Amino acid sequence: MGGKTLTAKERMAIPRAKMPEQNPAARAANFEEVPFGLTPEQAMLEAQRCISCRNMPCVAGCPVGVHIPEFIELVAEGKFAEAAREIKETNVLPAVCGRVCPQEIQCEEACTLWKRFGGVSIGALERFVADYERNNNLVKIPKKDSSTGKRVAVIGSGPSGLTVAGDLILKGHEVTVYEALHEPGGVLIYGIPEFRLPKEIVKAEVGYMESLGVKFVMNVVVGLTMTIEELFDELGYDAVYIGVGAGLPRFMRIDGEDMNGVFSANEYLTRSNLMKGYLFPEYDSPLPPGRRVCVVGGGNVAMDSARTAKRLGADVTIVYRRAREQLPARSEEVHHAEEEGIEFKLLSNPVKLFGENGRVTGMECIRMELGEPDDSGRRRPIPIEGAFFKIECDQVIMAIGSGANPVLTKTIKDLELNRWGYIEVDKNNRTNVPMVWAGGDIVTGAATVILAMGAGRIAANSMHAELMGLPQPGTEES
Amino acid sequence: MKGTIVINEHVVPNVRRLVLEAPVIARRAKPGQFVILIPDAEGERIPFTLSDWDASEGTITIFYLEAGVSTMKLTRLKPGEAVYTLVGPLGKPTEIEKFGTVLLGGGCYGLGGIYPLARAFKEKGNKVIALLEARTSYLIYNEDKIGEVADEVIIATADGSRGVRGHVWESIKILEERGEKIDHAHFVGCTYMMMTSSRATEQAGIPTIVSLNSLMVDGTGMCGCCRVLVGGETKFSCVDGPDFDGHLVDWDNVFARAGAYVGEENLAYQFHQSRDDGAIKDDGCKNCGKEAV
Repeated sequence: MGGKTLTAKERMAIPRAKMPEQNPAARAANFEEVPFGLTPEQAMLEAQRCISCRNMPCVAGCPVGVHIPEFIELVAEGKFAEAAREIKETNVLPAVCGRVCPQEIQCEEACTLWKRFGGVSIGALERFVADYERNNNLVKIPKKDSSTGKRVAVIGSGPSGLTVAGDLILKGHEVTVYEALHEPGGVLIYGIPEFRLPKEIVKAEVGYMESLGVKFVMNVVVGLTMTIEELFDELGYDAVYIGVGAGLPRFMRIDGEDMNGVFSANEYLTRSNLMKGYLFPEYDSPLPPGRRVCVVGGGNVAMDSARTAKRLGADVTIVYRRAREQLPARSEEVHHAEEEGIEFKLLSNPVKLFGENGRVTGMECIRMELGEPDDSGRRRPIPIEGAFFKIECDQVIMAIGSGANPVLTKTIKDLELNRWGYIEVDKNNRTNVPMVWAGGDIVTGAATVILAMGAGRIAANSMHAELMGLPQPGTEES
Repeated sequence: MKGTIVINEHVVPNVRRLVLEAPVIARRAKPGQFVILIPDAEGERIPFTLSDWDASEGTITIFYLEAGVSTMKLTRLKPGEAVYTLVGPLGKPTEIEKFGTVLLGGGCYGLGGIYPLARAFKEKGNKVIALLEARTSYLIYNEDKIGEVADEVIIATADGSRGVRGHVWESIKILEERGEKIDHAHFVGCTYMMMTSSRATEQAGIPTIVSLNSLMVDGTGMCGCCRVLVGGETKFSCVDGPDFDGHLVDWDNVFARAGAYVGEENLAYQFHQSRDDGAIKDDGCKNCGKEAV
């Protein structure tokens, strides 16, 4: 291909690729994926925008250090499956990350071209090569290191658990993943909607892990079905990784929250995504379409909830207490939500829900204004005295974050937790309990898929070192 | 933990006993805990109170009423087949202490559910009085089994066809009248029975626990579907319960939340009935002797 012959100037002259999308009116009525993905020609052209700068800021911007310039060069040469394998050296879930990573604040923002030309569309390229490899049956099982005879239990099959499992199986350890729900994938299955991450892709990624030799055991709630001690003493595991997610929905503690029609985003999304409630009554779990739905919160989970409610036929309003610039959701998600006709009531905070016969019929909000910056550095929202207003609604979805679920952590003797109930770990994600590591949302609080994967990577390296009697990563000897 | 069916039998009209292979759950189960199962690949996650378990056989027992799509699907499963998913034991175990005289009231599926409680309270050295409530005499089941561990079994039927005419709460009055001092009460059954019984014990000043049967999805504290108001605080039945102080539960709230999906439940039932019209097998009725068609 001609990729090698272009000058930097010529590369920068190529317009940034954008994935074609379903049009907003059509997609607001279906659960199919919104962007279609790049064509091979688009991908090769986009790959030629990479100027192969020497300091590779993109790699530093990636929590798992994907070999970005290398894979992009392979794309430019049309070696798509090889490019996918290059990514998989450091990232076991490229088809997932290509879709749900916030590239605009990670690799793409770090890209040298970002400010003047827009960064290389690394996410779209990652998605493209992973899809290409999978759809053309080109997925290869990489060579594993010879068996170490060590056995590892991973608790939780979400992104961080899958990363630990994928890393350690390749290093020759035996790995079993325990999952509380009936399908593997954690938040990728129950949380992120089909239109953002098709579940077939999660199944394929889990299938790939199985082909590597990872065992998945569903329906085990460690802490209730069995204990950590049993994993060590009876089942003979040498090390345990805890990646159970945050898993405790927050409510606002306002009047009326216990009424019917009020959901946590976790419940709403689990009913839709895991239980396939959007296909009711073909599937048995009900998810009644709302007529007018209010989603409280401004993060990705709020956008996912709002867009799900929209697809079920509701008029949807997002109620967020800060201003637009402070919406924590990815800008792409906000943009998609707006395009689909979701209304934003910004600088508004619910103070009370009211209803009839135990069913919600509306919410009372108060207008907010922005004051001085708070601990998070964002300007603090302050209620404007007396500025109440009402919104009529028949469903309310609380998407205001998660806390630490204590079901597992409280059953582990002496496990050190911080004051919010999250697990304390050192820089290698080790807990204070010997041979137990932890990572992802149960350590950091609710964050992103890729940060959970990054924590998994750090833990896996530390676990491998410990199991093999090697110095810990980051110590002087290593 | 796939639950293969060992027994799925009719017990009394509309109540069935399901024995499932579940060695891991059977080993760990404690009184008051529950399991969640999904009947088939399109099914929902539904909680069932553990009514017995046998660690050596590796089995668990639940009782259920055919009252909707999920239980209709359960009814059709035959020994050797398996439910789609089974997870447990879930929930906090009941606190089994030596209180003195313990009153256990069961109705509906709770006639099954109070058995492990009766066994455990008895083993702890309590005097156990079991109150079994049903609409009519032939709907009483599990009486012999409970009788093996309880000191006394009292039957109450709404139509007076057997035992005390009335309900659990009326039987509590009879116990009071005969001078029985009750130190602790625990009720398992439909919301109405648990509410009315709790009101009776509140008047009598008897500390009372109820095992709530809230709607659930994950059953591990992740979704909040099962939230209940107890003493003005929101609690999750699945992980904070299912046992709560019957005198502090906001019963109006429990009733309202239990009915959250009545319309959808009816719709789903009709949808399935019409879809496999004619496929519903008539097993006959052991109670009246009606033969299978």
